Amino acid sequence: MALLEIKNLHAEIDGKEILRGINLTINAGEVHAIMGPNGSGKSTLCHVLGGRDGYEVTQGTITFDGHDLLEMETEERAVAGMLLGFQHPVEIPGVKNIYLLKESLNAKREAQGLDEVDTFTFMKQVRELVASMDMDDAFLHRGVNAGFSGGEKKRNEILQMLLLEPKLALLDETDSGLDIDALKVVSEGINRMRGEERGIILVTHYQRLLNYVEPDFVHVLYQGKIIKSGDKSLAHRLEAEGYQEILEEAS
Amino acid sequence: MTETQELEQLVKREYKYGFTTDIEQEIIPPGLDEDVVRMISAKKHEPEFMLEWRLSAFRHWQTMKEPEWAHVHYPKIDYQALSYYAAPKSQEELDADAPESLDDVDPKLLETYEKLGIPLHERAVLAGVKGANVAVDAVFDSVSVTTTFKGKLAEAGVIFCSFSEAVENHPELIKKYLGTVVPQGDNYFAALNSAVFSDGSFVYVPKGVKCPMELSTYFRINAKNTGQFERTLIIAEEGASVSYLEGCTAPQRDENQLHAAVVELVALDDAEIKYSTVQNWYPGDEEGKGGIYNFVTKRGECRGDRAKITWTQVEAGSAITWKYPSCILKGDDSVGEFYSVAVGNNYQQIDSGTKMIHLGKRTRSTIVSKGISAGRAENAYRGLVHIGKTATHARNFTQCDSLLIGDRCGAHTFPYIEAKNASAQVEHEATTSKVSDDQMYYLRSRGLSEEDAMNMVVSGFCKDVFNELPMEFAVEAQALLAVSLEGSVG
Repeated sequence: MALLEIKNLHAEIDGKEILRGINLTINAGEVHAIMGPNGSGKSTLCHVLGGRDGYEVTQGTITFDGHDLLEMETEERAVAGMLLGFQHPVEIPGVKNIYLLKESLNAKREAQGLDEVDTFTFMKQVRELVASMDMDDAFLHRGVNAGFSGGEKKRNEILQMLLLEPKLALLDETDSGLDIDALKVVSEGINRMRGEERGIILVTHYQRLLNYVEPDFVHVLYQGKIIKSGDKSLAHRLEAEGYQEILEEAS
Repeated sequence: MTETQELEQLVKREYKYGFTTDIEQEIIPPGLDEDVVRMISAKKHEPEFMLEWRLSAFRHWQTMKEPEWAHVHYPKIDYQALSYYAAPKSQEELDADAPESLDDVDPKLLETYEKLGIPLHERAVLAGVKGANVAVDAVFDSVSVTTTFKGKLAEAGVIFCSFSEAVENHPELIKKYLGTVVPQGDNYFAALNSAVFSDGSFVYVPKGVKCPMELSTYFRINAKNTGQFERTLIIAEEGASVSYLEGCTAPQRDENQLHAAVVELVALDDAEIKYSTVQNWYPGDEEGKGGIYNFVTKRGECRGDRAKITWTQVEAGSAITWKYPSCILKGDDSVGEFYSVAVGNNYQQIDSGTKMIHLGKRTRSTIVSKGISAGRAENAYRGLVHIGKTATHARNFTQCDSLLIGDRCGAHTFPYIEAKNASAQVEHEATTSKVSDDQMYYLRSRGLSEEDAMNMVVSGFCKDVFNELPMEFAVEAQALLAVSLEGSVG
């Protein structure tokens, strides 16, 4: 059984059709990159998968780990094992980062019928993960994303992923706004998550991230459809030739 | 559903304290004249000076006009239609004194406080965890039912009793301090209170004593068509310190009820008073029917050098709140602080803030106000920072933040600054933000339910104020806020 199966997905925002028939299958153990020019529908696809209000699915189905995803609320998708890494993580002043991490983990544990995580184990685990992301402990006691630099916000998204160990990680432009050192740390984080039991979708503009996290499959999204799929060499071609050539070839 | 409707569903609240205690009450007939003032004084067996004080306040009140400058709207109050004194009959028979032991207290009253979660049995309090190390004065309509731990406090020299008892047993202290911070004619509601006040709490902490327990008063309005006019006076002598908390609830009724309290604090040299309020009077129903009119005058005076007064308030209830806990910073190097969370939902109206009056040298004040509006509530911050001519090198910092939930509510800020000394430093920061669907979406995508997500955003917003509450009450305030924002998710 596929981990995620999208069939003929059409979706619109404010009556305007953005996704026009997407088909995509992702199995556990695979890393997929979805690339495409601005306005091709990449972020819309992420938010439809995340269950954001205002994104209306007009046709098609999405199955996630055996569930009808479109019937699930955002939080149900999360506790069922989907994690959306945001392009622009929002600031939540006054709420400590560590508090959100703990609440998120406990929400997931509760859904699995487990007790709340004990504080000692939790702190130990979080401290290790923070160190692995080349971050300072002080960061845990700051407000969620409040006053974080662009790079810190993205590291924080990856930190959450490492802690929550999702079945499917959907990372929306995680590489944007990162300097080269931060890009390396973030990529290492993603690579650590690669595994037989997990699927990863990298949504990105650029080839850059894919130099560090090698995808098994690359898809080109254009005008709401996947117009071409291939292996990692497709990403290299995009980098070398630009979108135009591939778009022409596909049409 | 639109985003606004969804958010509003989330903040729909259920008022948990809306029950009525079925108890035989003595309520005097509605109406207000000098005879009523005399009657109240007589019921309390007050000495002559107290009656004279009430009468002069009453005469002053008659010459005054109800203020109209606040950003609140309500039909004119008919002061002759209200009753000014209500007491449970069982208490009445016990004379003016509060009962000596809990065995004398009507079980129905004890039951009421139990239902409200207020511990009145000292032994139970000492044995149990809840309410440990907190002494309580329980005021039911116009009278104090009981005050716990009086004995233990007396050992430390601290006087903690109902106001009526203080008038009887410590008239010299009352004479010396009553009305010295909030004069009788200070404002319309203070004058009315001075004429007809019924009960409240009295605290006296002598020189050098650090009060060994948290003190608290729990106010309960039960009777119909009555006003509650409580009076609280707290005195901390040189080097003394005390932390005091008040809580308030009322039954759910369709009529509006008036609550006009006066609180006076006096802090002498090096004394410190921390006064915290968790106000949860019945706010009215979803259509704005019923609820308490909370018209309150609270003021503290740092009368001595290096004195410190801190007001912390969590205002969640009442149909209308009109309240400006203030500090007069008379002593040199004295400090005034005001930390406030005011939550308005449905048709609640709030006009609240503070006044910091700097008179002494190097006086400092801090104002942190957090206003939360939901439904169709109107929430105004009104604050005055006054730096007098004599207040050299005075400093003030004001931070005033508003959070809007939905798009049918309002937030307003009316800051007034009067600086008459050029060496003053006054800072004012203000922000208005909305609980955004981005924040809700982000938190939900981490597995939190809508309710938990909303509570997390709101308590983050209030964090600076909750940090100022005594530990035990911070937990209570968090819970109150969660209840206020509790509702059925669609």
